[in-house]
Amino acid sequence: MAMIAAEAEPTYLDNENTIASWLLTKDHKRIALMFLASITAFFFVGGFAATLIRLHLATPNGLLQPSMYNRMFTMHGVIMVWFFLIPSIPTTLGNFLIPLMIGAHDLAFPRINLMSWYVFNLSGLVLLYALIMGGVDTGWTFYTPYSTSFSNGYVFAAALAVFVNGFSSIMTGLNFVVTIHRLRAPGMTWDRLPLFIWGIYSVSIVMLLATPVLAMDTLLLAVERFVGTGMFDPLRGGDPLLWQHMFWFYSHPAVYIMILPAMGLVSELIACYARRPIFGYSGMTIAMMAIAILSFFVWAHHMFVAGISIYSAILFSLTTFFVAVPSAIKVFNWTVSLHKGAIIFDAPMLYALGFVLLFTIGGVTGLMLATLGVDVPVHDTYFVIAHFHYIMVGATVSAFFGGVHFWWPKMTGRHYPEAWARFAAILAFAGFNLTFFPQYILGNLGMPRRYYTYPAEWQSWNLLSSAGASILAVAYALPLFYLGWSLFYGKRADPNPWRATGLEWLTPSPPPKDNFEHTPTVLIGPYSYDPESDRYTTQDGVSHA
Amino acid sequence: MPSATIRPETQYATLHQQGEAAQLGMWVFLATETLFFGALIFTYYLYRISYPEAIAHASEDTVLWCGSVNLALLLTSSLTMVLAINAAAQGRRGAAMALLLATIVLGFCFLGVKGYEYAADYSDKVVPAVNFTLKPGEPPASELFWIYYFVATGLHAIHVTTGLGLLLYVFWRLRQRRVTAAYYAPIEVVGLYWSFVDTVWIFLFPTIYLAGRL
Amino acid sequence: MYQWLPFWPPISSKQGIVVDDLVIAEVVVSTLIVLTVFGMMVTFCVRYRRGSQASRAHLMRKTWRIEIGWTVATLIAFLALFAWGADIYAWLFRSPPGDIEIYIVGKQWMWKVQHPGGQREINALHVPTGKTIRLVFASQDVVHSFFIPAFRIKHDVVPGTNETLWFKADQPGVYRFECTQYCGDQHATMTGEVTVMTPSDYEHWLTDQGVGQSLAEQGESLFRQYGCSGCHGPNSTVHAPSLNGLYGGLVHLQDGSVRRADEAYLRDCILEPRTFTVAGYPPVMPNFSGQIGEDDLMKLIAYIQSLAHRSASWR
Ligand code: HEA
Ligand code: HEA
Ligand code: HEC
Ligand code: CUA
Ligand SMILES: [Cu+2]
Repeated sequence: MAMIAAEAEPTYLDNENTIASWLLTKDHKRIALMFLASITAFFFVGGFAATLIRLHLATPNGLLQPSMYNRMFTMHGVIMVWFFLIPSIPTTLGNFLIPLMIGAHDLAFPRINLMSWYVFNLSGLVLLYALIMGGVDTGWTFYTPYSTSFSNGYVFAAALAVFVNGFSSIMTGLNFVVTIHRLRAPGMTWDRLPLFIWGIYSVSIVMLLATPVLAMDTLLLAVERFVGTGMFDPLRGGDPLLWQHMFWFYSHPAVYIMILPAMGLVSELIACYARRPIFGYSGMTIAMMAIAILSFFVWAHHMFVAGISIYSAILFSLTTFFVAVPSAIKVFNWTVSLHKGAIIFDAPMLYALGFVLLFTIGGVTGLMLATLGVDVPVHDTYFVIAHFHYIMVGATVSAFFGGVHFWWPKMTGRHYPEAWARFAAILAFAGFNLTFFPQYILGNLGMPRRYYTYPAEWQSWNLLSSAGASILAVAYALPLFYLGWSLFYGKRADPNPWRATGLEWLTPSPPPKDNFEHTPTVLIGPYSYDPESDRYTTQDGVSHA
Repeated sequence: MPSATIRPETQYATLHQQGEAAQLGMWVFLATETLFFGALIFTYYLYRISYPEAIAHASEDTVLWCGSVNLALLLTSSLTMVLAINAAAQGRRGAAMALLLATIVLGFCFLGVKGYEYAADYSDKVVPAVNFTLKPGEPPASELFWIYYFVATGLHAIHVTTGLGLLLYVFWRLRQRRVTAAYYAPIEVVGLYWSFVDTVWIFLFPTIYLAGRL
Repeated sequence: MYQWLPFWPPISSKQGIVVDDLVIAEVVVSTLIVLTVFGMMVTFCVRYRRGSQASRAHLMRKTWRIEIGWTVATLIAFLALFAWGADIYAWLFRSPPGDIEIYIVGKQWMWKVQHPGGQREINALHVPTGKTIRLVFASQDVVHSFFIPAFRIKHDVVPGTNETLWFKADQPGVYRFECTQYCGDQHATMTGEVTVMTPSDYEHWLTDQGVGQSLAEQGESLFRQYGCSGCHGPNSTVHAPSLNGLYGGLVHLQDGSVRRADEAYLRDCILEPRTFTVAGYPPVMPNFSGQIGEDDLMKLIAYIQSLAHRSASWR
């Protein structure tokens, strides 16, 4: 039956297979794969820089020249943030799954979607140009007036790359918002949307409202750098703190751009592998929207010691505490969603559990940073580095890997090797903690970030961290091999190998070009799993054993 | 010649749905544009608060008549634009094309005046990084004003140019009968964009020309 | 105080102790939260693994009460920590008048320290115990940040303005200070040592330095050199405010606002006189930006401060 269907309608992969058919495709699924290729490449470039950083810091005096080290962490930060983590889940899994999950045949604007990919790669090329010509040494935050008047790196090209990259973010976000508003299948009401869609929806809003400010900011920076005007130059009446305000006005929401999709994604994984409905669905959706909105009112918590007034510091500290509340709701709901489930520990679930734990650790240390008195000593030390790697690497990257594994059969029609995947997940968890936990201690001891050299007494902690990083590198490189292998030798997948409830599992794996033969009609909300009888009901209302 | 039937793209069930999606898309895009310009105007106000005299002083050197004529041109063009949409919706193709043409001409006039004004600014030696010179007794922070002026009007001019491109495109589609009374979403969406460009000028005008004059 | 804790940095100031109490409290609360989450996860994972015999009947579903319950609970716990932290912060960043004021100029890549008596040092700072030390910062180029881990104090040093920090050290010893805001190639070497000495050792150290002119005295001659005295001097004909007793008081400005005459205010007066005007005076003071370097500025400010102690009848 499945065989006949597959023959009748070619899948999106082998529908037409010329190079032009890929490069000019309007199919969201193909564009998702193209994005996956691009960001994976950038992940390894950024990871390579991280490897050099940790190698260098294994000894107090390191192996790189100072100027080289400074270029490394800048490139690492810029690539990981804008060229890997921000686009990671939305442009790959989001692109692939949004139409499938809401029962649409494509995104609202397929051409804009394709253009987004080209713009993304264009910005990547500009960045690589900056990298090859001699790099940038300002840190990913480009603080003025160092970046405008003192740095001798390729700041202009880097700022331009970030500027262009923003357009890709905006195009993608715009497409997602319109698609989710206008193209839902009949019966797919807002309270029946899978949480992954809610995650993408909230993140798209943040992208749309925050990115333009960064665009203006980098534009002014580029102008200042290129023709030498003085907006941020104190010698000419400009205000260096203005840059910081504008940068963080974008970049704080940006950190939620990096976590919200992961939050949605993990909810899908936990519900499916715990075989029970997610606890507090509406609480989860409200929490995500609350995070999206509140994220715009906390930016100055990055500037507590930068010379803002005491009153604004207190205000921003308070708002930061408020933005943590919805996160707290989510963590509790995920945990309780395990209660009375029938939990299966497949690789995606291992990643999801790792996500919850590491997010909690990163989150509570974020609250320590938000506490004014505590931030003063640990600001700009390794404590901050540890905080955000716990969330960005420990949480978001884990979720991304979990998601790629979970939907791998849907994307490729092949199963990944389960044992290898579990091994990689556990290895990543162990390596991760070994890498970044010592950094909390280093931070508390007073080791500043962006230091190419440090006193010898801190070497043991740094050594531990470097050792952990090498384990982490192996754990992150492994999937490349076994997933690649599975493309050719993996077991073929059914339409619904995990017995999940979303619409995306109703079409064949991999799906045909137009996703669904007939637009499905949605009768119930997501996550109708019943752990007692071990039955589940897909969203079209059909109950399965 | 009977107009060719227009069919929705595959992901849409009906033309109506497609039109609604396009409209929503434009609104969302304009929201991002608002923040883009908003950030710039915000920096302007920040400096205006820090250096009220310098900004006021510099603002007096702008060419008021150019700004005012341009304001009039853009406001009129918004009117013709709206009328064009109306005509298209009612299927009066000829009228729609004529009104659209008027909009386009007004837009080009705007750019012409702007170009003239830039030339005047150049000979007035107020272009930062090119030939900026402080006039006697002028506070140095007035250069900040001129940076703002050129960045803001430059970006706005780029938006006007983009708008003109879109208008020409819709004009061509009208000619091809691919915008009809049954499906006139493209002209509506472009109209939205054009009004936004107009609105931006309404905000820029007082910050640039009136700061020192009121 | 918390020296017995493993992996804890040495602490040697009043601030350090106050901040550390809060840090410890937060570590404890955070650990409890993480352990709760982790404990629940492990328990559920073991008990409800697929195939276990535990009953799955009656799934918890009605949720609002539970969710609101734990949200409010966590919020209250954290608001307490917020208030505590805000209180400490205001205390840390509102400098009291110092017993000793020390001027520090940051530049790529060194800290230049000037003591009130005219002694100078680079990447080193000598202070006595038990005194309130007030540090006044300026940057000559980019943003730096001054951090003494053992005192748990830190502040960015932003060009174009003056920043202050204060501390009171209680243990003699040598402690590290660092630049924590990335400022270029040698950012990592922009470090130095604070030497905390007993007051008598400190006096010895001061005299050993071979004192020249004090900072304020140097400022006084600059005051004449730059022509300030022409207007602000006692027998000038220009209608300019007297600077006696200015420092530390409140100044009424032409636009109706009031500013405290601290270092940042004096600096703005000298470098940006046209952005505001003192009420009742003509805006004729020339603009000195670009003509007076950070070093000289510090000396001028020190001089104006020293005038604060002279009689100030008209204010
Ligand atoms: C994905 C990225 C991400 C996310 C989600 C977060 C989330 C948070 N961040 Fe983080 N942060 C960064 C990435 C991120 N951050 C980065 C990159 C930087 C440094 C940038 C740079 O300088 O280069 C940074 C820096 C940073 C600072 C500035 C530090 C400094 O420079 O001095 C602060 C200060 O307030 C902060 C706070 C927070 C808080 C309160 C949260 C909260 O949202 C966390 C909420 C989560 C929880 C609280 C855990 C779950 C809750 C429970 C288990 C229940 C119990 C909780 C309660 C009782 C409330 N972050
Ligand atoms: C957003 C995502 C993100 C991610 C995923 C990471 C991933 C990692 N980062 Fe992070 N990092 C940042 C964002 C991120 N980082 C940011 C924003 C900064 C601040 C920059 C600044 O100060 O401006 C920073 C800064 C930063 C520092 C501080 C530098 C300093 O201040 O001096 C360190 C130090 O340990 C570090 C380490 C690591 C490590 C070990 C990983 C690992 O998780 C990476 C693991 C991945 C790989 C290793 C790649 C995969 C495997 C291979 C490539 C195989 C090996 C192959 C070869 C070596 C050829 N990072
Ligand atoms: C041409 C005359 C003139 C010269 C020279 C001059 N000033 Fe002034 N100064 C004024 C006047 C007038 C005011 C009050 C109006 C204002 O605030 O601009 C003033 C205000 C000040 C104030 C603020 C006083 C208050 O009451 O708040 C300070 C501080 C100051 N000057 C310091 C200096 C220093 C230091 C120099 C030299 C580097 C200097 N001035 C040179 C005329 C002058
Ligand atoms: Cu000075 Cu870093
Ligand atoms: Cu933040």
